[in-house]
Formats: sequence, C-alpha cells, structure tokens
Amino acid sequence: MSTPAEEIKPLAKKKKKTPFNYSPYVRGGKLPHIWCPGCGHGIVLKCLLRAIHTTGLAKDDIAMVSGIGCSSRTPGYVDFNTLHTLHGRALAYATGLKLAKPRLKVIVTTGDGDALAIGGNHFIHACRRNMDMTILVYNNAVYGMTSGQASPTTPQGKISTTSRNGSIEPPFDTCTLAQAAGATFVARGTAYHFQELEKVIYEAIMHKGTSVVDIIDACPTYYGRFNKYKSPTEMMEKIEKEGTVSVKQADKLSPEELAGKLLRGVLHKSDRPEYCSEYQKLMTKVQAK
Amino acid sequence: MAGNKKKFMQGNEACTEGALYAGCRFYAGYPITPSTEVMEICGARLPKIGGSFIQMEDEIASICAIVGASLGGLKAMTATSGPGFSLMQEGLGFACMTEVPCVIVNVMRSGPSTGFPTGPSQSDVMQAKWGTHGDHPAIVLTPASVEELFHETVRAFNLSELYRTPVILLYDEIIGHMREAVTIPAPGEIEVVARRAPTGSPAEYKPYDAKGGDIAPLAAYGDGYRFHVTGLYHAADGFPTNNTQLIEEACIRLLRKIDDNKERIWKNEEYYLDDAEVGIFAYGVSAKSAKFAVRELRKKGIKAGLLRPLTMWPFPDRAVEELAGRVKAIIVPEMNMGQIVYEVERAAHGKCEVKGLFRVDTEPIKPVQIIECITGNGSKPSSPGSRMAEMMVERDMLDG
Repeated sequence: MSTPAEEIKPLAKKKKKTPFNYSPYVRGGKLPHIWCPGCGHGIVLKCLLRAIHTTGLAKDDIAMVSGIGCSSRTPGYVDFNTLHTLHGRALAYATGLKLAKPRLKVIVTTGDGDALAIGGNHFIHACRRNMDMTILVYNNAVYGMTSGQASPTTPQGKISTTSRNGSIEPPFDTCTLAQAAGATFVARGTAYHFQELEKVIYEAIMHKGTSVVDIIDACPTYYGRFNKYKSPTEMMEKIEKEGTVSVKQADKLSPEELAGKLLRGVLHKSDRPEYCSEYQKLMTKVQAK
Repeated sequence: MAGNKKKFMQGNEACTEGALYAGCRFYAGYPITPSTEVMEICGARLPKIGGSFIQMEDEIASICAIVGASLGGLKAMTATSGPGFSLMQEGLGFACMTEVPCVIVNVMRSGPSTGFPTGPSQSDVMQAKWGTHGDHPAIVLTPASVEELFHETVRAFNLSELYRTPVILLYDEIIGHMREAVTIPAPGEIEVVARRAPTGSPAEYKPYDAKGGDIAPLAAYGDGYRFHVTGLYHAADGFPTNNTQLIEEACIRLLRKIDDNKERIWKNEEYYLDDAEVGIFAYGVSAKSAKFAVRELRKKGIKAGLLRPLTMWPFPDRAVEELAGRVKAIIVPEMNMGQIVYEVERAAHGKCEVKGLFRVDTEPIKPVQIIECITGNGSKPSSPGSRMAEMMVERDMLDG
C-alpha cells in the first residue's frame, strides 16, 4: 500500500481485571440476538461497546444508525438513540441526523451489501463530505440475512447461492474505496483480532471526520459452509487470521508474502475540514452580512 | 395587519416562504425541474436563520436525510418532481411506518419516466396516495394559486407535526412557476403547530404508545429519551415484533389516525355550488380554468359550480357524494389520462353522471374545453373507454 500507514498504539491505561460490565449498554429484554452460532457479529458488538465505554461518551449523546442486514440489527440491542432504517440508506439518515444535531456522535453499523452495493452511492458521498461519523462495515462477503448471496466483497471464485460456480466478479476493497472517496480515517480489523478491533473502533470514534472501519467478520452459516470450511473456527482462522496481516508486520514482508492478504490497522488518516464545522462557519459568515 | 408584506413571487418561492414561516429548519434535496427553485431558495435562506441545508447525492438520500433530521427534532422538507418522487417512495413509506413528520413537495411534470421536464402535469395524484408499498396513510394537499401555496405549505407542516406523518404538497409546474401577489402574514398571524413532545420519564417513554390516543408524543434524539426506530413492524416501545396481533393493530392504527381525523384534514373550496346543476371537480391549475369556465357558463345561463379540493387525500368522499346528490353530472378535468375521475365516480355512488376531461399534451386544460364539455358543443365528454378518441377531438376543437 502506498498510503501512509501506521500501527495502532495500545491504549495507554491497563485494564483492570474486573470483568467489563456490558449491562449499562445493552437494552434489557432485547437479547438474545438473532446472529447465528459462530458468527462474529457478537464479538464486534462487544468491541464496539468497550470502545464506546473508553470514549466516556454519554449514552444520550450517541446515535446508532443502521440499514438492513445482519449487522444492521445491532442498534436494536444497545441503549443509545437508535435508528434501524432502509436497506442501503443508513448513511443518508445519519447525514440528516448529524447535520440537524451536530452534538450527537453518530455511529453507523452496516454490512458489505448494505454499504457497498445498494448503499454504494451514499457510502462514497458520505466519505466525500467528511461529516463526523463512524461507519463500521461488518464485512462477511455475503448477504447473510437473505441466506448467502454474493456481495460486492465476495472474492472471485467463491461460492454463494448466486455464484454457485464461483463468483466471476472482482470484489471491492472497502478501505481503498473509502480512502479514494475522501474518508479521513480508514482502518481494518477482524472479529478474530478482537483486542485490536476494539482499539481501532475507539480511534475511529474519536476521529473528527468520516471514519470507516472495514471489519472482516466471516459468515459461518453461508459463506463458511458453501466454501467448505470445516467449522466456524477454521473459517475465522483461514480468513481472518491467516488472510490478514497488520500494517506493522506488513513492512517486514515481501510482496510475494503479502499477496492475497488484507492489511489490518489504521490504513489512512488525514486532516480535512469536517462538514458540520464548515456549515457552522458558513452560517456565521452569511449571518454577519 | 402590521408586519404583513405583499410580494410578487413565484409559486416555488411562496412554498419556501411558507415552509420557513412554518418553522422548517432543515432542507435536503437534489435538483430537478420544475422544483429546483425551492431547493435554491432554501439553500440561500436557511443558513441565515440558523437552519440546515444540504444537497444530497440523490432523491433517495434526500428523503432519508429529512427523516433523520426530523428525528433530531427539526421540521424538515424536501422538494422534487416525478422521477425524484418515484425514487422517494421507499423512504416515504419508512416515514409513514415510523411516524416521523416531514414535508415532501412534488411539483408535477409530465411523465412517465423523464417525460417532458418543463411541461406541467397532474399525473402523480394517484402515486402520491399509492406510490409506496403496503397499506399506509396519506395526506396530500393540492394548492391552486401562489398565495394558497404559501398557506398550504404552512398547513402541510402543521398536519405533519400534528399527525406524525409525512405530508405531500402536490402542485403542477404552472402553479410552481407562475408569479402572483402574495401577502406574507406577520409572525404569529397564522397558527404554527409544534410536535407534541413527551413529558413523562425517559424510562417510561414509548414512541408508539397508543394508550393516550393514536398519536404518541415524539421525542428528539439526544434529548434524554433513548428510543428505537425501525421500519419493521414494531410494538409500542418501538422494537420489532412478529406478534400477529400487534402487527394488525399497528397497521390499523396507522390508517385510523388519519381516517378518524379526516374532517379536520379535509379542506375544499366551493364556487357557485349552491344552485349548481352541473358540478366540476378540479384541482391545481385545472381549477383555475374551471373557475373561469363556471363564470362563462353562468353568463350563458348554465348553472355550473366548482368543488375544489385543497386536501386531495384523504379523499373528500362526503363532499363529492353530497354534490353528486344534487347535480346532474360532475365533470373532472385533469392533466392526465384519468386518475381522480375514478375516485369521484366511486364517491358519487352512482347518484349522478361522472365525466372526465383529460389532457396530456403538457398544455393546461383551457376553459373553453370545460365549457364545450358541459354544453355538448364540439367534443363530447370523455368516458374511460373512449378517452383517446376524445383527446383527438379536443385537440381538433382547440386547433380550430
């Protein structure tokens, strides 16, 4: 990768040994979740809640917006201002909400199909505007909710119910797309590397501007079974552990060794005016006239 | 009244003025003829009064953004025309289902598809009611002059906030682009409704609780009431449900909250109807021609009158049925190939003859067409089965 890359620094303070208390963040009576056994979405949720806790943000000041799909059911389980919208449109709702109430911290949970297929246009324009919001793409390379069709991130040759002989379409790289479209914080994590993921989500939330985290989080029920992984564990190890490499490790590897591996960590960070701040400046300017 | 300003302005400008008067503080949109002026003026005006304006990537994003903003507590609007209105249908259904107030302006142009962008039409009048999938409520207002457009925009916001539902402001390109004098009321002169906010404790708040009436108070995100909103069928607490009884109750309540209040939502103008023997049912620019026709017909000794709905949906069944009971025929001139005429026919319950007069060449229906339709000179009124032939005759008559 030619982009300025940096390794995620561990959070400064050491965690106490007392177990993390998720209860304040989870809505009473709304669990168990709908996710399948072996699915990493629960791990992502855990990382997300821990990261939010570290930010110290009040629950009233957080809005969580989603579209349609497995990942988009996340807001229903958590005790924030939550909005479960239409397929692909989470970012459009989030944009309206954020501009209407800039003091809200807006976090969008979406999937690869939701964000990059039906919502692809909203995704690139959200990145371009650089409005302060965090976009978490739970990337499992299939449409899980509709039982395993190919998505814009299904690797070539992989089996799904709509590519039974192997997908012939090249996939999107969420991070490359986000960066090209103008996102000012772009990172990747996996459900397997959950401690790293928590840190990267924390950094994304703290970043002022549009932050995108591509979360490799394979689907055992459809993608895993169709593509002959023996168990969810084997699938996670093959795809998330062996299929990725941290940006720090990547420096030491040859191009041959890096072939076919996705980079983990913060892949891009830049400074660009944030939309709501710019709008505020515009208002001040026109009101002074 | 002190503070009133009389201005000569375009329909789309009057719509914007009405929106700002009503307290609209958020606009998201995408340019499309013939509605773009609404967006341009909002873009210039809103930042000056502390409101937000954003140009979205398409009309789908626009309607989603206004619903997001409305959940943030702002009165919000978008404006579009046929192709954009088609794109907005899913978002419109979401706003109905989640009961989020917002105003959608559709300045009708000729369709289907790209059609004739600069040509007026009245062919979205059924789409405005039935465009989004599933059973859903609809409030659709059809103003017929520039000044009325100002007032109906204020009413659109008021109804939207009062009934927690999207309201569609539907007018044709002619109303949108013509210029007329408008007296802008002083602040406070006409009523502006604010949405009912919850007063109880956040822990007890249920955004769809129908116990105190069909319309629950709506909190704004970030104000201490952390609630869930979803386009899935949901229980009173806002969370998804697959309980069949709750689903049925929710669907029925959505429709009932408008149906039970339709007398408050209905608004008609009656013009020379008291002694009328022939009624005309017309809306938007066609009603302007109809008024002229009524005056001319009366000069000829024909007792014609006009029933003009300012609220098209919920449909003014009662007014139409009452009229049908005392006239020989109701003529329905509309700039489409027959849409509202069927509603009039339905509401008339066979009490009188109902005849459509249709025009789709992007020219307005002329008074002479309505006059000839009633006097029987020139063309005969259209019946649904012979519309194409009638169109040809009407064109010949006009050309002659």
